[in-house]
Amino acid sequence: MGSLTLNNLTKSFGKTEVIKGVDLEVRDGEFCVFVGPSGCGKSTLLRMIAGLEDVSSGDVMIDAARVTQLPPSKREIAMVFQSYALYPHLKVRDNMGLAMKRAGASKPQVEAAVDEAARMLSLEPLLDRRPAELSGGQRQRVAIGRAIVRRPKLFLFDEPLSNLDAALRVATRIEIARLHHELKATMIYVTHDQVEAMTLADRIVVLDGGRVAQVGAPMELYNDPANTFVAGFIGSPQMNFLKAGAIGLQGETVGIRPEHLEISKETGEIPGTISHIEHLGGETNIYIHTEPHGLLTVRLFGEHHFEIDAPVYLTPDPARRFHFDAAGDRMR
Amino acid sequence: MAMSARSSLPRTVAVHVALITYTLIALFPVFVIVINSMKSRKAIFREPLALPGPGTFDLVGFQTVLSQGNFPLYFGNSLIVTVASLAIVLVFGAMAAFALSEYRWRGNLLMGLYLAIGIMIPIRLGTVAILKGMAAVGLTNTLTSLVLVYSAQGLPLAIFILSEFMRTVSDDLKNAGRIDGLSEYRIFFTLVVPLIRPAMATVAVFTMIPIWNDLWFPLILAPSEATKTVTLGAQTFIGQYVTNWNAVLASLSLAILPVLVLYLVFSRQLIRGITSGAVK
Repeated sequence: MGSLTLNNLTKSFGKTEVIKGVDLEVRDGEFCVFVGPSGCGKSTLLRMIAGLEDVSSGDVMIDAARVTQLPPSKREIAMVFQSYALYPHLKVRDNMGLAMKRAGASKPQVEAAVDEAARMLSLEPLLDRRPAELSGGQRQRVAIGRAIVRRPKLFLFDEPLSNLDAALRVATRIEIARLHHELKATMIYVTHDQVEAMTLADRIVVLDGGRVAQVGAPMELYNDPANTFVAGFIGSPQMNFLKAGAIGLQGETVGIRPEHLEISKETGEIPGTISHIEHLGGETNIYIHTEPHGLLTVRLFGEHHFEIDAPVYLTPDPARRFHFDAAGDRMR
Repeated sequence: MAMSARSSLPRTVAVHVALITYTLIALFPVFVIVINSMKSRKAIFREPLALPGPGTFDLVGFQTVLSQGNFPLYFGNSLIVTVASLAIVLVFGAMAAFALSEYRWRGNLLMGLYLAIGIMIPIRLGTVAILKGMAAVGLTNTLTSLVLVYSAQGLPLAIFILSEFMRTVSDDLKNAGRIDGLSEYRIFFTLVVPLIRPAMATVAVFTMIPIWNDLWFPLILAPSEATKTVTLGAQTFIGQYVTNWNAVLASLSLAILPVLVLYLVFSRQLIRGITSGAVK
């Protein structure tokens, strides 16, 4: 069990408003990802849900009960931090069992819960070690295990993969997805990495400057962005933005994803010259300098060979264009 | 010997020469006190820099100190005052530093500045007022008065140094404790204090030495026989006309020992270093 409701939540530090009225509904069992660039308020929002940061106005409700004024330990939540935050003086076993012990559970109960969580994450061989004796990936698994032990209503993840190297990041990402499937728990996950957001989320909340820019399933955001911010943030490489007037289209800006731009050596709508090529094996990204749109990206699948500085022509797929007005909002 | 870019021979030599020179300069007065404390009175005056030899070796100073006067009592007083003040400065200094660095509240900055003023203004300027105050509450000639004064003297710098170190302790760690239901006191004592132990040791050393060596406040606030500290006790051998140098030097040599022991205790903590592994 664990649904979360935020009602017009705001947060100010002195005169600076960092969260400017957030309304959100997270359903029970949902994997919800907060994503946005640094400084957009996503971590602050998560800490407000956890109760680690005071709320300036508005309400936080967990399972329809108002918890705005409750201390973190009474909210039945668990949190996984970017820096792992394991207690250095305690063994892995005690790290994982501390919260239950503090909540007054009996020793056999705590042991059973710790063993169960350790089994799920294959942590059994590490239980009697101290955090200093673990690698980064192991520490993060212990931190996740510590969260599982409590059987919380809400799991909160604060950029848990940022300190891991690329290979571990993918492995841990898969592990988190599997845990979500197994536990069927509500999870809220903060990241600045849109790949993590796309791969993990049932629903993504894109935050921009303390406001919700758009909420939706990953593919909804990808295929139907509400504004230029979401359109530019979701998807990699980034969406191209063309000046609508220069190519005779309506609106201020026209967005087109790199895979929906056709490239040709002979003919097309937008002339340009190739400035850089990235060969990734499975795909090839070509950066083309055009007037007056600037640098545009074309994404081709498979291997392709082009000469740098060669003249080429680009043609956007008309069915895949997004039109935005001067304020950056989508014109439908 | 492997030669890396950072440890060339001339560089190593230069560093060692500088450090050895400094060590010699720093240890010279201590050395002179210790060797002369073991010489006869005539030998002290004839050749103050000579080592005690067969003709000049004499432990009369130590005999005087240990038989006359109340030296065990003075030592006890010094120890009580130093340890009690140190405990108060460390515990309350660390707690105040935690509050200043951890919590945002109105007046946080003002309170920090107020406490920092204590670093800039020497406490001795207030001697007369302190003496009046102590007399008014009947604390003259008690060790309590010294403990109170030394705590006030040590706290500002302790708070200043410790709050800087407290800021380096990971917020995530403290927040993890809060989510797990630890009280703020538990977070402070079990998570924060162990991580800043090296800083606590530094503060302990800086606080302890001036207290142990102080002559001013014992002389003014607690000069009675029952409350004399070691440094004050040594002064009984300095007279207006005759000074018993053997006894003065012997008592000073003895006074070095406890402070040396305390220093060794804390420096072990200092070297042990931060318990790593909590955060990346």
